[in-house]
Amino acid sequence: MSLLPPPERERLRSQYPEVFARPASARLATPAMILGAAAIFLFGLVDLDFSPARLLAGFHQLGWITMMMIPPDPGSSLPAYLVALGETLSIALLGTTIGALVALPISLLAARNIVPSGIFRFPVRRFLDSIRGVDTLIWALVWINVVGLGPFAGVLAIAVSDFGAFGKLFSEAIETADRKQVEGIRASGGSALHEIRFGLMPQVLPVIAGQVLYFIESNTRSATIIGIVGAGGIGLQLAEQIRVLEWQKVSFLILMILVAVAAIDWISSKLRFAIIGRRAVA
Amino acid sequence: MTVAVPLLPSQQLAALNDAYRAAMMRKRIRFTVASAVFAAALMIAAIGAEVSPGTFVAKIGNFVSYFDRIATLESGARVWSDIGEWFWGWRKWLALLGETILISYVGTLAGAILAFALNFLAAENTAPAPWLRFTVKRLMEFCRTVPDIVFALIFVIAFGLGPMAGVLAIMIHSVGALGKLYSEIVENIDMKPVEGVRSTGASWVSCMRFAVVPQVAAGFASYTLLRFEINVRGASVIGFVGAGGIGQELVVAIRKFYYSDVSAILLMIVVTVFVIDIGTGWVRGRLFGKDARA
Repeated sequence: MSLLPPPERERLRSQYPEVFARPASARLATPAMILGAAAIFLFGLVDLDFSPARLLAGFHQLGWITMMMIPPDPGSSLPAYLVALGETLSIALLGTTIGALVALPISLLAARNIVPSGIFRFPVRRFLDSIRGVDTLIWALVWINVVGLGPFAGVLAIAVSDFGAFGKLFSEAIETADRKQVEGIRASGGSALHEIRFGLMPQVLPVIAGQVLYFIESNTRSATIIGIVGAGGIGLQLAEQIRVLEWQKVSFLILMILVAVAAIDWISSKLRFAIIGRRAVA
Repeated sequence: MTVAVPLLPSQQLAALNDAYRAAMMRKRIRFTVASAVFAAALMIAAIGAEVSPGTFVAKIGNFVSYFDRIATLESGARVWSDIGEWFWGWRKWLALLGETILISYVGTLAGAILAFALNFLAAENTAPAPWLRFTVKRLMEFCRTVPDIVFALIFVIAFGLGPMAGVLAIMIHSVGALGKLYSEIVENIDMKPVEGVRSTGASWVSCMRFAVVPQVAAGFASYTLLRFEINVRGASVIGFVGAGGIGQELVVAIRKFYYSDVSAILLMIVVTVFVIDIGTGWVRGRLFGKDARA
């Protein structure tokens, strides 16, 4: 490979000055960003009390804990754990279903093609946003104050935080629906309710069903942790066993959670394929 | 203009009608069975989760009045009538919010660096050996499936109370989540540059550095910013188990019924999460164009 002759190089240099002499700001941007990110990272390590000694001691302790976890062994509490796991799955299923049922009518109000006026849509959307801004665990704490400790508080916590998420997702699904079918219903003399029932719902229901199944899947994970604050399910058992340092039981519970989540994943992906077909899922 | 549509001969029509009815009937039966199964599952779940509509109806007033109570100061006045009294602890809370953001920043970055190191081993097209790919993938799956707050519970015992346990928990969870997303990006790259680099006799590391990384860097950065957003939410509750951040303060306020504090801290968390969402959205928009903002 040979270099270009010098006059040719000069011509290119004068023609594209921005390629040959990039301004310092452009050249320094990337290193400056990396340096800044690294500086904040180091500041964080110092500010959050990281020290090699603490890390080393911690990893030593962690290694010891891991040794204690093997082999996983539920002791005599296997039946109690299975009940707790069932409770967790129930919380996920019920919470998601209730959240979806309540969100469906509200999402209609947040969809542009149903409520064209921004004055009505805007407060509904902000309302949904603020519900989503609060974590499921916080909702669980609030509901425990209201209905007492136990899985019912967990169901309500998942229902409320899903309501926020579904409201947004459903309204987006409704907004992307094809207008022609709605217009067809209107042309044949259908009322506004008919338009929604026969024009919109057949289009959006498969999408919504897919999202609900996906949320049941991800809520199985959420439901495992809301027990930590006292809202029922396997998380309650897990937090208790960690507190009393029963590591073999802890590892058994974690294994149970992993297996349950994998099973739910598998079932729900099968169901999703059955409902909306393979292509739409990917 | 009217066009007469000729009707099919009645025999043919009857056969078609029957086939149509049979198909509809099959569909309806399938739908009914599916709904019945679903309803039965719900009933079982309702028993399992100790659902009691009675309690719900009796206590729903508490839920509504809870929001009334958290909007009331101890003196009985509305919170917004005396902002100074409402946000009396704002210095402490702001510092804790800063700690929360720092926890998620350090956790996300450390997780991203580890995920970056691991993901090339997990992607189908770049993995040096199948057994290595299998091991790394299972490891990531484990990190991803165990919730970060469970890691935090265990780390609090191993590393002691404080933000360090929170950072490590978020880091581990991010390795699993980001590693999967990263390796999916790597699996979608154009392999021609890799072949080009390899044909010059380059090592595996050089192939990754000069052929793969330039193609995937933008996607990686985008996912990392998204993860940071998610981790800020996660870090705001990780203090529930004593792993640092604002969560500790919030859980104390909720448990001890310091109502106006609950609303003040919640408001600060929601605003922070909102600002971080908008901020990372803006950065993504600047870095990768408008379509990456969604």
